[in-house]
Amino acid sequence: MGKPLIEASKVSKVYRMGDVDVHALRDVSLTINEGESVAVMGPSGSGKSTLMNILGCLDRPSSGGYWLVGDEVSQLDRNALARLRNRTLGFVFQSFNLLSRTTALENVELPLLYAGVSARERHARAHEALEHVGLGERMHHHPNQMSGGQQQRVAVARALVTRPRLIVADEPTGNLDSRTSVEIMALFQELGRSGITLLLVTHEADIARYASRVVVMHDGRVQSDERQTPLRAEPSPAGAEVSP
Amino acid sequence: MSPLQVLRVAVRALLRNKMRSFLTTLGVIIGVSAVIAMVAIGEGAKARVEEAFASMGSNLLVVLSGTTSASGAHGGFGSMPTLTWDDLKAIRSEASAVRYASPQLRSNQQVISEDQNWATSINGVSPEYFLMRTWPTAMGSPISQSDIETGSKVVLLGQTVVDKLFGSNADPTGQSVRIQKTPFQIIGVLGRKGQSATGQDYDDAVFIPYTTFQAKIQGGLQKFIAGALMISAVSSEATTRAQNQIATLLRDRHHIPIGAEDDFSIRNLTEMASAQQEGVKTLTTLLASIAAVSLIVGGIGIMNIMLVSVTERTREIGIRMAVGARPRDVLSQFLVEALALSIAGGIIGILLGLLAANRLAANFGWPILIRIDVILIAVGFSGLVGVVFGLYPAQKASRLDPIEALRYE
Repeated sequence: MGKPLIEASKVSKVYRMGDVDVHALRDVSLTINEGESVAVMGPSGSGKSTLMNILGCLDRPSSGGYWLVGDEVSQLDRNALARLRNRTLGFVFQSFNLLSRTTALENVELPLLYAGVSARERHARAHEALEHVGLGERMHHHPNQMSGGQQQRVAVARALVTRPRLIVADEPTGNLDSRTSVEIMALFQELGRSGITLLLVTHEADIARYASRVVVMHDGRVQSDERQTPLRAEPSPAGAEVSP
Repeated sequence: MSPLQVLRVAVRALLRNKMRSFLTTLGVIIGVSAVIAMVAIGEGAKARVEEAFASMGSNLLVVLSGTTSASGAHGGFGSMPTLTWDDLKAIRSEASAVRYASPQLRSNQQVISEDQNWATSINGVSPEYFLMRTWPTAMGSPISQSDIETGSKVVLLGQTVVDKLFGSNADPTGQSVRIQKTPFQIIGVLGRKGQSATGQDYDDAVFIPYTTFQAKIQGGLQKFIAGALMISAVSSEATTRAQNQIATLLRDRHHIPIGAEDDFSIRNLTEMASAQQEGVKTLTTLLASIAAVSLIVGGIGIMNIMLVSVTERTREIGIRMAVGARPRDVLSQFLVEALALSIAGGIIGILLGLLAANRLAANFGWPILIRIDVILIAVGFSGLVGVVFGLYPAQKASRLDPIEALRYE
């Protein structure tokens, strides 16, 4: 299905907690091709969040190599990692992580601000991204004036406004009801069709079915790695969502 | 991010907590306004002292005769006349650093007009006296050299004396007054001079030719000058030189052996003026230093609140880092917030300080002296306070680990 976007080779992560070394990841090797949608599953403590942090350039591995779009990122400094997060990656979090007391539009503009995009272009692109996730009407609302589903859609718009290669989603449906979850997954699938790679961390098997590949982690290792035909997310008819 | 963007983000963050931002800047506001008000007060006091010494006259020296010592009790300077009229002539002709010299013979007497009388100081002087003190006549004519030579019975009145004897704004020129039963013709009135540094009223005096003073007030011609010599140097730098020349000249003329005490004393009024100015300057520095300390305390207040703010906004910092903020973007954001607080405080402080300086100056009747350099220093200093005390919290923010920050509740 395309070239490798992510290549992790024998990635380990060791945390020091007091006198004890905690091996969060042990020699994880993983290759993800462009356009794939990968669900990472596993019980808590299995290392899936650590893996996501490393693949999302928020953290660096203790050992092993990690190539993102051909660049070795395990040795990059904080500034270079920030640049990668800004240009190549988009994040969606379980708790949305939007700036409060800041409008949806400004939240979506935020990554562009750090990319040094001009105010006019920032505005136009954020506008477009919000239209894309169906929030054209709510651009000037603050997060606390929106439902969870709407907030998560703002977060998706923020993730895709920089036109990233990879979207990393950490339990994106964890705080949403099942119908809203399906909506968000439909949105991700739509992005996938436009060529964006998705890395999804979840513990819900229902959600993992929408991915084209499921990686199960256990005790810091990859337990299983299987490709599947993704279930197509069928969102409820427009307007069915209950506004707050 | 462009600096303008950083500023906009910072200002918006500060406006979210308006009350807290205001209270945070209060320390800087008080510090800056205190510095400005204190310096303005100090400058006002200095100007007041300068004014007082300027009205006394410029580059002045006063030569007093020696002391008597009778059975162990020393009289003050001038208690024994040692200066002669020939000394005055010698000073005028031989001391090159001396510009003018005039005797000042003084006595307190009753001045009597037709229907009023007033006790004031009668001064016997030469025409140079008014040049030294830059004291022109407001009405009539000054004492002339021929008045000295003929010992004419003419008098110049100070404004206060005119007010007491003839009423304010009267022109008594041509009328006469009696001093010790001798009628004097009023030839003019001196301009208003005001008060001395010690609060003495310069205008409460009358002036007559010193020859007339000797003949009519003291009685009889004398070899010695029964009073002081007032001398002005050619320039303010030359006052010390003039002082030395006069001392050498007088010691020589009085045949004082080397090592023996002078039988006269010379007071350098310029030195007195600079000593007083020095005192005022010390006071100003002291006041400004205390105010500057309060500015530093204000800076610590900013640091405190910025630290609280960094902790409070840990999650926000995490979000910003996740979407691509580099450590230096976070650093500059918090630094600019601290700077914006301190500079806003500085500007408000300047306005308050100017207001306070104005009110105080009005209360004390001082001239209002606003020093631009002090204002610039105060703003610069408050900016510096912002950078110095904002740096630590900002660094703390920029060094946060994005994962930890995102997890922070």
